[in-house]
Amino acid sequence: MFDSRELSHKVAIVGAAETDTVGVLPNHSVLQLHAESAFNALRDAGLTLDDVDGLATAGVSPAALTEYLGIMPRWLDGTAVGGGSFLMHVGHAVAAIAAGYADVVLVTHGESGRSRVGAAGPGRTDSTPGGQFDAPFGTFGPPTMFSVPIAAHMARYGTTEEHLAAVSVATRQWATMNPRAMMRDPITIDDVLASRLIAWPLRLLNCCLVTDGGGALVLVSEARARDFPKPPVWVLGRGEAVQHTNISQMWDFTEWTAASRITGPEAFRMADLDHSAIDHLMLYDAFSHTPIYAMEALGFVKEGDGGPWFAEMRSAPGGVLPVNTNGGGLSYTHTGMYGMFAIQEAVRQLRGEAAAQVDGVQTSLVHAPGGMFSATATLILGNQ
Amino acid sequence: MTTPARPLPAPTPETREYWDGLKRHELRLQRCRACSRAYFYPRPFCPYPGCHSQDVEWFTASGRGNLASYVIVHRGHPAFGTPYVLAVVEMTEGGRMMTNLSGIDDPTPEALPVGAEMEIDFEDVNDALTLPSWRLVKG
Repeated sequence: MFDSRELSHKVAIVGAAETDTVGVLPNHSVLQLHAESAFNALRDAGLTLDDVDGLATAGVSPAALTEYLGIMPRWLDGTAVGGGSFLMHVGHAVAAIAAGYADVVLVTHGESGRSRVGAAGPGRTDSTPGGQFDAPFGTFGPPTMFSVPIAAHMARYGTTEEHLAAVSVATRQWATMNPRAMMRDPITIDDVLASRLIAWPLRLLNCCLVTDGGGALVLVSEARARDFPKPPVWVLGRGEAVQHTNISQMWDFTEWTAASRITGPEAFRMADLDHSAIDHLMLYDAFSHTPIYAMEALGFVKEGDGGPWFAEMRSAPGGVLPVNTNGGGLSYTHTGMYGMFAIQEAVRQLRGEAAAQVDGVQTSLVHAPGGMFSATATLILGNQ
Repeated sequence: MTTPARPLPAPTPETREYWDGLKRHELRLQRCRACSRAYFYPRPFCPYPGCHSQDVEWFTASGRGNLASYVIVHRGHPAFGTPYVLAVVEMTEGGRMMTNLSGIDDPTPEALPVGAEMEIDFEDVNDALTLPSWRLVKG
């Protein structure tokens, strides 16, 4: 049996960049968002498209992107399970590079979530499990589905609407320091609670933005990782799992089971670190409750303590454990598959080049769902 | 612009018995003969970890269950009047299904405690289709 610990600190992110701007980009197609991200990340690493021999992406097929970019990679990954797919790609790239399947892996994201330029439409779904057993009752996008478990968490643990609001408030505090963030005006708990109901218990300010943008990463092996313009950001640990696709089939509405059982423990084990060694967190915030579930599932707090932890502003600027320092999906940007932006901010923090830089970040844990609590992916990154 | 219609299900061979049962106002579920647990949605094997037996059978379920969780949708599908409740019911014999609630005109969190006892209702959508809905059991 191979041991994943042997792959810790063996592959590094040496290029990382987003599209020139994020937000509202009606002059970019989906594929061009991927391409702009790729050019920017490769430039960041001092490389060109001709250096790329491995490609991973989600949202578009690797084949479509290969054609658009004019490259012929010898390793592909099209794992597409939602917003956390890019975290999985990074984990897969570590193994691929270690195996010699590729030397320079490019991971890209691009999504015209707001402007819908060059995006494929939905296909027929009425005979799928979701089409038969969930859609007829009026599921209508993530706000009506990702939200379904919250009432059970509230009933079991006493999580409140104020706790949910606190996540939005703390995250906005970080966004006020990020000039690229779409929403930068400070908000209060009362502002969140006064915003209009979307799907109780979620209100408008508990919901992520809907934007256009992209990002890309370049990964290489340890042997070359120090030969690039920017200091390497090491992949120390990774974990991935999927437990369902339709929210009605989530194993336990009060716990992110696949994250607590699999992706958190695997990432920590591979990195050979414990929670106290993590300086910074990126917890994909599609909605206010997602980071609460992630904090609990990953073991940073015990079950049910996630809401009060955020309500004490422990994640905010000056708090004990900075979370979502770019302003998150709630206030920075959210194209639809936000996971790439969570990785980008972790890389910026580890390089010391973030807009709201936290002092002394040596390790960052990135966690993202895919779909509605369906997938879970964890990365532990470090700069030492 | 026309309002998008309510999405309606297209049964597959594996789920046909369930949909045919609803037309007769029966809740037809499957249970595993190996581990005795019922599950939802229909498929010809037991989906529970640790079992996965292919020895399963159809039966007519009690139509009782408990409210597992829900949202009160204020901005939702245009074919639905708001607010409406998207609820998940944990059925007594096993398995969870998404549904709407009947018998509730003005849904509030106070009126909908998680864990509440529920019973099935049948909503005849057209000649070919009946959907399940569930209502609170009056105490």
